[in-house]
Amino acid sequence: MMQFKTILKNPAQWMLSSGPYGEIVISSRVRLARNLRDISFPGWAVEEDRIEVLNRVKPAVENLNEMSGAFSSDLSNLKAVNKQILVERHLISREQAAKAAGSAAIMNRKQTLCVMVNEEDHLRMQSIKAGLSLSDAYKMIDEVDTKLESTLDYAFDNQYGYLTACPTNLGTGMRASAMLHLPGLVLAEQINKVINAVNKIGLAVRGLYGEGTEALGNLFQISNQHTLGEQENEIIARLEKVIRQIIKHEENAREKLYIEKRTVLDDKIGRSYAILRYGHIISTKEALDLLSMLRAGVDLGYFSDDIRALIDVLFMEIQPAHLQFFADRKLGAEERDCLRAEIMCDRLKSLPEPSKFSSNKSNEQSSQED
Amino acid sequence: MNCDVCQENDATVYLTQIVKGKMQKVNLCEECAKQKGVTDPTGFALADALLGIGSDEKMDVSADSLECESCGFSHAEFKKTGRFGCSECYTVFGFGLESLVKAMHKGTLHLGKVPSRYQVTKKYNDQITELKDRLRIAIEDENFEEAARLRDEIKLAEADYITSNESEIE
Repeated sequence: MMQFKTILKNPAQWMLSSGPYGEIVISSRVRLARNLRDISFPGWAVEEDRIEVLNRVKPAVENLNEMSGAFSSDLSNLKAVNKQILVERHLISREQAAKAAGSAAIMNRKQTLCVMVNEEDHLRMQSIKAGLSLSDAYKMIDEVDTKLESTLDYAFDNQYGYLTACPTNLGTGMRASAMLHLPGLVLAEQINKVINAVNKIGLAVRGLYGEGTEALGNLFQISNQHTLGEQENEIIARLEKVIRQIIKHEENAREKLYIEKRTVLDDKIGRSYAILRYGHIISTKEALDLLSMLRAGVDLGYFSDDIRALIDVLFMEIQPAHLQFFADRKLGAEERDCLRAEIMCDRLKSLPEPSKFSSNKSNEQSSQED
Repeated sequence: MNCDVCQENDATVYLTQIVKGKMQKVNLCEECAKQKGVTDPTGFALADALLGIGSDEKMDVSADSLECESCGFSHAEFKKTGRFGCSECYTVFGFGLESLVKAMHKGTLHLGKVPSRYQVTKKYNDQITELKDRLRIAIEDENFEEAARLRDEIKLAEADYITSNESEIE
């Protein structure tokens, strides 16, 4: 069994590798909701029923090949800060972090697969992959689901499909989402137009941590809203098509900025670099915005490609719970802001100044202009 | 599926009617059907007559006090939280749910993955849905010969299903 510390020492596999369209799509996630047939849903179940669910589901999940050497814990055994770390890594939801008896999380070593027990539904399983890889992520979680259905008796209805606590998840019980980094559309002030258009066609746009959260660091999650009335692969194909269009728009917005507002861009990236290198007090929000500009700088050729993974890891490590774990004690807000600045300064100390003219990308783009 | 009126016996009489463009389904057990005098279901709003559901309302007010036998969850609770108590609640509070689901989703019929232990059920469900659709059209077209043939086919499919059912689940 993996220790909690091991999780922390190693970033998730998807953060270190670059997937398709990795410049714009950070990760793809697919989540399935499932319930057992003969026990109340977690929100309504009494404690002994919740524990009964845990006793049935947990061994079934732990016995999967995919979960060999996994980290598995009842959430009541985890300290609040550790739960928060799992939230910051998108491994469990904010809702589950608050839940009581009978809740558990089981995740594989690579942190690409996580099963939550007794969240809103008895089982919430999800897979995470780097880049735009929704089909691969679905395939991975579908296999896990198929194995589990042979030992667990799922609640299923011919008309409504997989039965879930909330009717908004009926049918496939599937929520597929991609995390997009869209600094170009934000700077060009086109982002609201894109969000409105996406909402109109039955897809949802959310901030970094899901429903009701702010879009920090120019990061946006796009996901399907409907789960019933379409096959899984249709939902994914539609979502992926829309994401490809957004990627196109983001690329165009970046190119336009690069050509028409080059000085503004140079300035934003230069300032972000300077503050990250020499700042001493940096809040989470500011840090995410600065890192976002740094990442955009990598994409546009101001910095070398190989620091993209470092930036993605920093996106996670500078968040409050990760900082407290790093410091090994509870930190006040001011202490966190100082430590955050210190960590970023240290990690980025060998990063050369942004180069304005040397990269291939800039040559390519200016020649297009000619 | 339980009877919508007494919530106890298995429903054997399935009635479907289109009222003001909305489909209403009522499932009854034989006793309740007799009691309510359902012999000729045409010419009156079924759901109205049997359950007191106004055709324009999604759910009836009197349904609030209805409780799920399996888990004790009430319909009033559903209105409050938007969530159900257990999977059985979908049957207990099933009436009127379809219009709610329709507003949330792309459709009201699951087309995706089916757990392997339900494959036979799904196949049967699809087959019956199709046959009943054809039967409805045949009756509308007054093609009674075809209707009789389809009715027999449905009976046969049902009988087949019941025998296969025994081997399917556990």
